[in-house]
Amino acid sequence: MIKPYTNKAWYLVLPVFALVAFSAIIPLMTVVNYSIQDIFDANTRYFVGTEWYREILNDTRLHDSLVRQFIFSGSVLLIEIPLGILVALMMPARGPGSVVCLLVLALPLLVPLNVVGTIWQIFGRADIGLFGWALNSLGINYNYAANPMDAWFTVLLMDVWHWTSLVALLCYSGLRAIPDAYYQAARIDRASNWAVFRFIQLPKLKNVLLIGVLLRFMDSFMIYTEPFVLTGGGPGNSTTFLSQTLTKMAVGQFDIGPAGAFSIIYFLIILLVSWLFYTAMTHNDGK
Amino acid sequence: MNIKKTLGMGAYILFLLLPIYWLLIMSFKSNQEILGGLSFWPEHFTLANYITIFSDASWYMGYVNSIYYVSLNMVITLAVALPAAYAFSRFRFIGDKHLFFWLLTNRMAPPAVFLLPFFQLYSSVGLFDTHIAVALAHCLFNVPLAVWILEGFMSGVPREIDETAYIDGYSFPRFFARIFIPLIRSGIGVTAFFCFMFSWVELLLARTLTSVDAKPIAAVMTRTVSASGIDWGVLAAAGVLTILPGVLVIWFVRNHVAKGFALGRV
Repeated sequence: MIKPYTNKAWYLVLPVFALVAFSAIIPLMTVVNYSIQDIFDANTRYFVGTEWYREILNDTRLHDSLVRQFIFSGSVLLIEIPLGILVALMMPARGPGSVVCLLVLALPLLVPLNVVGTIWQIFGRADIGLFGWALNSLGINYNYAANPMDAWFTVLLMDVWHWTSLVALLCYSGLRAIPDAYYQAARIDRASNWAVFRFIQLPKLKNVLLIGVLLRFMDSFMIYTEPFVLTGGGPGNSTTFLSQTLTKMAVGQFDIGPAGAFSIIYFLIILLVSWLFYTAMTHNDGK
Repeated sequence: MNIKKTLGMGAYILFLLLPIYWLLIMSFKSNQEILGGLSFWPEHFTLANYITIFSDASWYMGYVNSIYYVSLNMVITLAVALPAAYAFSRFRFIGDKHLFFWLLTNRMAPPAVFLLPFFQLYSSVGLFDTHIAVALAHCLFNVPLAVWILEGFMSGVPREIDETAYIDGYSFPRFFARIFIPLIRSGIGVTAFFCFMFSWVELLLARTLTSVDAKPIAAVMTRTVSASGIDWGVLAAAGVLTILPGVLVIWFVRNHVAKGFALGRV
């Protein structure tokens, strides 16, 4: 189906363009402005060129939280995408059971980020939380506030709890779009369950998985509130990710020059990785 | 095979519900009971934690503020995203692909990056500490997503319907409101659900752009931490109350969302 070519369509897009320009281009230009100047007050500012960028690129705080961030986002994707597909395959296809499953799955998604942190803060405590208490009574010494490994484990588990449903819902929707004829053909061919998954379901899930991978990557890469509420980024700096490092720099210490440069680099990394995912997953579409 | 599936699903649902159940029963306990020991059911059932919240305006106004800016955001997002998604799904025009991709890049912008510029921008136009400021700021990530989802749904409607309507003498606005929007009801339901979700759960921007008048509940909740320790009971009750609007929203749009998801066009 070839779409007609008309530039009148711009009238329909104009409101979106104006709105996003106001809330994205102006702030982004402000950040660029910060990142190349040394600002003392409203009237005293010096142009410093790339000085802040050089300073930030050699900053060990950025390096450490960048490494942590990549490990975190990588683990999130490796756990949540397969688990989400699995859950979607297990869900009943129709009937009241499917509605109940959809509602329960959607529930964690609607819990505010800070409340997610609060829930797990309570749930994981050894004295008042079921999870921490259960682990400790099994003989596992678990304390997320003191032990960096436990803090990592809790932050990951929290993210899996919170966001796997999104992947599952997307995959569920993708699975429902497969016509029954495909399954009938597979039955005639006596295809195994694995073959049905590999050659029918997975290819059909590609588009929704692309959305899922991109959304999960972007959001896990911007994670701020949950670890902040859970441990404040601790113990030490062990769960301090990029957003928190940036917020500390911009609002805590008010180093807006370096923070501006940091922001630009941060944004570019997300753009680059998202583009890589997008290209890798669509390169053999033949479009 | 089916038993295995049911068991697996049951285990996953248990994993999702257990932490929420824990929060819920905790909100009905007094602090002494919470710190006194572990129990699966409140022994001395109390509503004191909820009374604390509902008898204090600075507490419950947090909920009102949050709901206000989230609804505002939903309305603005749908109002601008519907025509734009229609344009992307039906026409080609100069720069359409670039514009679409540029919209999506805004979804990738970390809120932390926009924190300070937003603060300055909204302060300079006198919108600081208003609901509209938070609603506009949240459009940054909701509008691109809404356009993306709606475009998918709209492309599923055959174009013959548009053409038939025009031949029958419908003008574009009338066709759009009377014929097209009812056709993609489920899609709008799903989109509204996502808009509500992402705006309701966001804290960083909402907290930075407000101080008193439009302070969201998420920021009010930090009050439970004081020098004398954390008020666990009230914290749990406040947490439960933030989950409730979400539950209501899913309940009301459940048919649309189930249908939207089942159409396989997200």
